[in-house]
Amino acid sequence: MSQPTTSAKIDAARVAHVAKLARLSLSAAECERYAVQLTQILSYAERLRRAPTEGVSPLSNPNDVVNVTRTDEVAPSIGVAAALANAPQKHGSSFRVPAVLEGGA
Amino acid sequence: MSIDGVDIQPIIGLEIHVQLATKSKLWCGCALEFGAEPNSRTCPVCLGLPGALPVLNQAAIEHSIRVGLALHCRIATRAKWDRKSYWYPDLPKNYQISQFDQPLCSDGHFEFKHADRIRKVRIRRAHLEEDAGKNDHENAAFSAIDLNRAGTPLLEIVTEPDFTGADETREFAVQLHRLVRYLGVSHANMQQGQMRFEPNINLRIRRGSETFVTPIVEVKNLNSFKSLHAAIEFEIDRQAREWRETGETLTRGNKRNRGWDDVKLMTLPQREKEESEDYRYFPDPDLAPYEPSPAWVSAVREDMPELPVPRTERFISEYKLPEQDAPALVDDRATADLLDEAAACGGDKATLGKQFLSFWSMHANARQTSIAGLALAPQRFAQLANLVVEGAVNATAAAQLSEALLSDDRDPREIAQERGWMQSRNADEIAAWVNAALAANPQAVADALGNPKKLQAARGFLTGQVMKISGGKADPKVTGELIQKALSGASAPNAAS
Ligand SMILES: [Zn+2]
Repeated sequence: MSQPTTSAKIDAARVAHVAKLARLSLSAAECERYAVQLTQILSYAERLRRAPTEGVSPLSNPNDVVNVTRTDEVAPSIGVAAALANAPQKHGSSFRVPAVLEGGA
Repeated sequence: MSIDGVDIQPIIGLEIHVQLATKSKLWCGCALEFGAEPNSRTCPVCLGLPGALPVLNQAAIEHSIRVGLALHCRIATRAKWDRKSYWYPDLPKNYQISQFDQPLCSDGHFEFKHADRIRKVRIRRAHLEEDAGKNDHENAAFSAIDLNRAGTPLLEIVTEPDFTGADETREFAVQLHRLVRYLGVSHANMQQGQMRFEPNINLRIRRGSETFVTPIVEVKNLNSFKSLHAAIEFEIDRQAREWRETGETLTRGNKRNRGWDDVKLMTLPQREKEESEDYRYFPDPDLAPYEPSPAWVSAVREDMPELPVPRTERFISEYKLPEQDAPALVDDRATADLLDEAAACGGDKATLGKQFLSFWSMHANARQTSIAGLALAPQRFAQLANLVVEGAVNATAAAQLSEALLSDDRDPREIAQERGWMQSRNADEIAAWVNAALAANPQAVADALGNPKKLQAARGFLTGQVMKISGGKADPKVTGELIQKALSGASAPNAAS
């Protein structure tokens, strides 16, 4: 499990890099502003990290439930028109996005 | 293998993605359907829309556990779900739901026979995750995204690096393909990408007292046994060559991904995605952990079919199948089940085995189906086998009858009687045929009586003549006895003269 890199201060260049990966377009002013905010958030996480957790098993889910499942039955999909309703661009029945490398899930 | 005083030992591990044959997706009720109109099988969950809540498909869990049990894995008492960061539009949530540190199945093994040896391959883990959608970049200017496949349940099976060559890796892949189909957990249609292989390959090279280990290469997304085999062979050669040229060895961080080019028949470096290895796994707060109850796992285990490898062994001994022919009857589970059912109806096992391999396989091949696909009830096979065993029909008549059974619902005995294919065991009738054969072939009779060296051949010839005269109806056993009797009756006067 990767630990948050809390000691690192987030600067505008790092915000710009993450924004690029997330395909968000941010202005230079926004990068500056988010850098300050993200640094604050991470320093809060750093404080949490110092909490004594010896002997406490990690919590993976805030609800105390297990085995929430459904039977394998087909439910109606919403249809192509609804699926594409919010798409900035379409190509036939597909979402049209800037050319990308092959995914690799 | 050893080349120029350098000993090269390939080290190969395999990751296999198996698409599970559920009706609906892993986290939503959208149908799994290959070739449907793009995005027609989507909903807020698999589109990754804000506020949508995924709910686990119970059948996907059960299928995964079936595979885990078949691979002798430890089944987790608690499995949780993790988000794996993923920056590509074919999975629009920006993460893939997978299992990071608590896979459903772990620490198993699989045994199979290869090149007359029993091979045991360790299974590191098998975990459940969702597939991504499809990126179509036919047009270079943009990508077209179809999310019908997004959220499809995949079981990722990871072996330890226990393979030492392309042949045995392919054989394992073939066996695993048969296994998941046997278990009914996947159609494993290779053309539709329902089973995909990613071998990890490197070499341990010994030169004198020195040992070198080359960087690991993962070949991505192979979807045929042929390309799996070819990619491994190519990588073994390429890495040996590269090591000679550069001397580069394995270090932390120099593992590489390559893709297989089916036209050039070579692996090619893949453009590395930016920070693609930084998955930043974290637990998915939307999903409750899953804790399979031991009682339920036991029930699933009870319900498991006999698996192909032990079934092959059993078929060889019970049905007296030649070892090389057994897989032909075991590979298709419906056909193997049919053979067992026919035996359960009282059919003679050895005869059923012989007939399944001969004329029943022939009819199936001619109709481009399996023997089960001939859609005959199990007792039909049993009835025909037993007609041969009791000597009512001979092998030729049985083959003709099998053809007739495909379009005639009557008892095979009735058909054989109607068409005059029944063998006669009537001693008087056969004695008349024997006498006719002896009378027509005095030379053979003389050979049989006068020359011990020719006795065997002469009797065989006379038996053949009886069959010819009777139109194949004379029971061979009774015929043999009557020929013997006729010859010994004839021998006394001859000996006296
Ligand atoms: Zn859906």
